[in-house]
This record gives sequence, C-alpha cells and structure tokens, in this order.
Amino acid sequence: MISQLIGAVLLGGYYAVLATGLAFMFSVMNIINLAHGALIVLSAYGLYVLGGMMGLPIAIPIMIIVMFVVGLALHALILARASKGGELLPLLATFGLSIILDNLMFQVFGADSLSLAPLVGDLSWASFELPGFIFVGKLSVYTLIAAVAVIAGLEWLLRRTTLGHRIQATSQDRATARLLGIDTARTAAIATGLALATGVIAATALGLRTAWGPYAGSAQLLFAFEAVVIGGMGSLWRVLWGAMILALAQSLAAMIHPQGFLIGGHLAFLLAVFWRLRGGAFSLNRLLGREVRT
Amino acid sequence: MSAQLVVTRGGTTSRITLALLAFAVIVLAATPWFFGVGGSGRAVALLVYVLLAVMWNALAGFAGLVSIGQTLFFGVAAYTTIRLSNAGLDPYLAILASVAIGAVLGYVTSLFMLSLKDGEFAIGMWVLSSLAHLCVNLDPLIQGETGTSLISLNGYAIETRSSITLWLALVLTLAVLAALFALLRSPTGAAITAVRDDELGARSIGVNVIRTKRIVFVLAATGTAAAGALWLASNLNFQPRAFFGVHWTAYMLFMVLVGGLGRIEGALIGAVLFFVIETFFASYGAWYLVGLGGVAVFFALVLPNGLWGWIGPRLPGEAIPTGYIINKSKT
Repeated sequence: MISQLIGAVLLGGYYAVLATGLAFMFSVMNIINLAHGALIVLSAYGLYVLGGMMGLPIAIPIMIIVMFVVGLALHALILARASKGGELLPLLATFGLSIILDNLMFQVFGADSLSLAPLVGDLSWASFELPGFIFVGKLSVYTLIAAVAVIAGLEWLLRRTTLGHRIQATSQDRATARLLGIDTARTAAIATGLALATGVIAATALGLRTAWGPYAGSAQLLFAFEAVVIGGMGSLWRVLWGAMILALAQSLAAMIHPQGFLIGGHLAFLLAVFWRLRGGAFSLNRLLGREVRT
Repeated sequence: MSAQLVVTRGGTTSRITLALLAFAVIVLAATPWFFGVGGSGRAVALLVYVLLAVMWNALAGFAGLVSIGQTLFFGVAAYTTIRLSNAGLDPYLAILASVAIGAVLGYVTSLFMLSLKDGEFAIGMWVLSSLAHLCVNLDPLIQGETGTSLISLNGYAIETRSSITLWLALVLTLAVLAALFALLRSPTGAAITAVRDDELGARSIGVNVIRTKRIVFVLAATGTAAAGALWLASNLNFQPRAFFGVHWTAYMLFMVLVGGLGRIEGALIGAVLFFVIETFFASYGAWYLVGLGGVAVFFALVLPNGLWGWIGPRLPGEAIPTGYIINKSKT
C-alpha cells in the first residue's frame, strides 16, 4: 500500500513534466496545443535515433535545441496565422497537425513499440531500497526531480528575467506590449520554443519508463490536460499537485478494478470540472497570482 | 408611386438548390433498385458523412464549440443499439431508441461541459468520449476491443435489411437537416447567428448564450447519435475502437473546414467531397490520413471560410436561405 502510494506520487512527476509545457503555452498564448502529445512522441523518436548514434546524454541537449527551433517554426508557420482568426482556428489547426504527425510517424517508424531503456543500462529498472523493504524505482525519482527542476526553472524565468517579463506582458495585452516596444511575435515564438523544449524532458521520461508507438501522443495529451485542469491555475506548481492527484486517482482505481487505471483519471478530471463549474478562468495573471513587477 | 419593402426568404438560387436536393434524395432512395446491396451501403456511408458534417458544423460553426469528442455520441449510440437489440428489441426500434438516448445524453452533458471554454471544452469532450469507450469495453457483451455484431439484424434478408437501413438513414438525415433549417430560420436562429458572430455582443443585447448553445449542442448530439447507430446498422460489426476512434473527428474537421465553416451548404459539399476522396484514396491508409490532415490545416490557415466561402458570394442569393431578403419594389 505504501509502496503503491509512493509509486503514484512519483508517477505524478511524469505527468507534471508532460503537463508543464501545455500549461505554459496555454497561459502565455491562450492556445491549447492539441499537437502537444504528438510533438512529445516526435521528440521521443528523435531521442531514439540520435541516442542510438551518440548516446542519450548527448542526444537530449541536441533534441532540446532541435525542438526549440521546431517551436519557433511552429509559431511562425501555424500558430501566429491561426490565432489571428479567432479562438477556433488554433484548435483546428493544431488538431490537424497532430493527425499529420501521428500518421507520418506511423509511416516512418512503423507500428512497432520502441523504448529508450536499452540506451541507459540498468537505470530503467534499478531501484532504491527504503527501510521496510520498500523499493522505489530510480528512474521515477529522477523524473520527479526533473519535473520540479523544469517547473522551478520556468517560474524563475517568468518572474525574474527580462524575457519572462516580456512574456507576461505579451500574454496580458499584446497591443500594449507592442506599444512598449516589445516584439510580441518574437516573444510568443520563444515561449512556444520553450514549451516544446520541456517536451523533450517529457519524451525522455516517456521513452525510459515505457515502450511507445506512433499513436501514443493522444494519451499523453489527455494526461497532460487532465493534470492541468485538476491542478487549476495559480502557479505552475499547481500543475505538479494536479499531476499527483491524477496519478493517485488512477492508482486507486487500478486497485479497485484491473482496468480501472484510466477510468479513475477521467473521473478525477470530471470531479475537478464539477468543482469549479462556471468558475476559474485560466490566465497568466492567475497563474502567477500577482501583478507584474519590472 | 411609392417604394415598398418586400421581404422574401428565398429566391431562384434557393429554388434550384431545393430541386437539386430533391433530385439527390430521389436518387438515394432508389439506390437499392439501381445499385443493389453494395450501392445501398455506400449511400448509407454518404448519409452518415452528411449527418456528421452538418452536425459538427452546427456545433463549431454556429455555436462556436469545437469538440474533439463527438465520438462520445457516435459510439454510445452504436453501443446502446447493440445492448437494446440484445435485450430483445427490434434492431430498427433500437436505433430509434438510441437516437433518443443520444439526445438525453447530449442534454445531460451540456449541463456541465458548456461551462468550459474553447480548448478546455474541446479536450474535455475527448476525455468524456475516452471514458465512455473504456466503460463500454468493461461490458462483457462487448468483449473488450474484440467487439461484437448486431446479430439480430440477420433476422431480415440481406436485400430487405440494406434497403430499410438506407431509407431509415435518409429519413433521419432529412429530419435532422429540416430541424436545423427550421431552427436557423426561427428567432432562435437569429440568436445562434448573433452568438456565432460576437458572443459578447449577443449577450449585451439580451441573448441567453448558454441556452442558445445548449439547443445546438443537443441537436448535434442527436444527429451524431443517429449517425453512429446507422453506421452500426450498415456495417454490423461493433468494435469499440472503430466507433470511438479519433479518426472520426479528423473526418469531421476535414469535411467542415474544406466545405466551409458556419454554412449548411459548406458542410454538405464537404461531406460529398470527403465521400469521393474516401472512395478513391482510403486504401492508402496512414498517408491518406496525413493528406486529410494536411488539407484541413491548409484550409484552416489559408481559406478559413472553405470552398463555400468562395462559391457562396458568387451566387445570386442564398442556396439554403436562413435569413431575410429585403427588396425595394415600386408599386
């Protein structure tokens, strides 16, 4: 029981890394990127190919740079255009993109499930032993640490750096930000790039903990989205709590019924929706919970 | 001599459109005699696409609600049809009952889902669809992803069965289209158009936005449920993944974006175009889906009003008139 609880908390670390990029992009650009999951799976394939050639420790930083550039391109080619046409078009365009990516990855890499685990020796099954014969997977501990580091890094960036203040200004009022001399298009593009760069961390965790196939993206998108909704807004840290509640709900439901894992997560999401019925709008103001300081 | 205002609700273009639609209905109804069982099956597929496109367009184009999870209603209607006919109900009555259940499910869902905004609503519906998919898989009758068949339909001879399914599909499609047309021409239709064009503005002149959206949402749920039950009656096999799969959402997105968001004519053109493309290219598998997604994204970014956005303004008058036409005539 205790080891299952610990396992759920650590699984929450994985969901938190997944969800941070989605929440960050949503709060900055007001766009829910429906291709978020597909882009993470794309990063995982990138890590698989590069990692096979030069090892994972070198592949991860390279992929972070690659996905940052992909993010800049995504903003320039699709998001900037779509967000001019109202709230619906970004949803339609990113959903279309996810369909394209899913099926392209199927054509290029086939239906086989791949895993990054062979690249890291025994890390994916090695564990720490706690007193009382409780074993905790090393990988999931590292994932949780990575989640905390990613969230702390983004929070620090938003609150303490000039770029972060530019991002906040852009998210609050683009026209005024432009009047103040901020290049809003460039700022939004950088924010997209950062969101996709965090996706590489998520992809590393995904590839090490399970085998994935070309269509794994939609499940990852749903996990990320549920974690964001359950956590609510106030700070990126709430995404971490939301992710842990999601993981706990899934683990509890799995104890009740062998096929209950996913159902438990969906029910927790529904409860969260009922909880804040007609309340709580997402916005960066709420996310940060305070005014911008320059 | 004084100028008088004459208000009409149609014109030559709409009469020609009506004649074309009537001709299409007659051809479709006569399919069993000309093209046999196979032809009837294809005709049902076309009608299902029309239902899905028109309903998704009503939701996204009129109510401003993009839903990734309309498969909730599509899949649940197929499932309830299986369940009810397994309990001894005639399969065709089970289809009609499932359409009614779809309407009720739509109403219940609307009570909490409509409080979510844009993207949250879109993925929230996907979560609901996924939840329904998982719950259906738990039913021992369905045997998980293995699925089952609408066995009781075998009580009818294959020619009888395919003809009845086609005519039922035709009647349901026409009923849903007529309901949408009547709704758009009623005072509520003006409210729907106002909400589509400017939600805040509509609210400020006294439109009850949530009520308006709920009417469209429930209608869309009903029509999508009809499509799901008919797809089952035409294909007999119920594999949960084939009904709850996200590829259906990709089809709806393609049909509506290519045809033209926010116009019934656009959805109809999109459905017919998709039917033709699917007939020729579905065998290309994943590349076919890549192409559909690519075309949809292209239209979203470059031609957000779709094909009808280009054709419509070039016609004299409206093809499917939902507004009022005011002419000055001298008497």
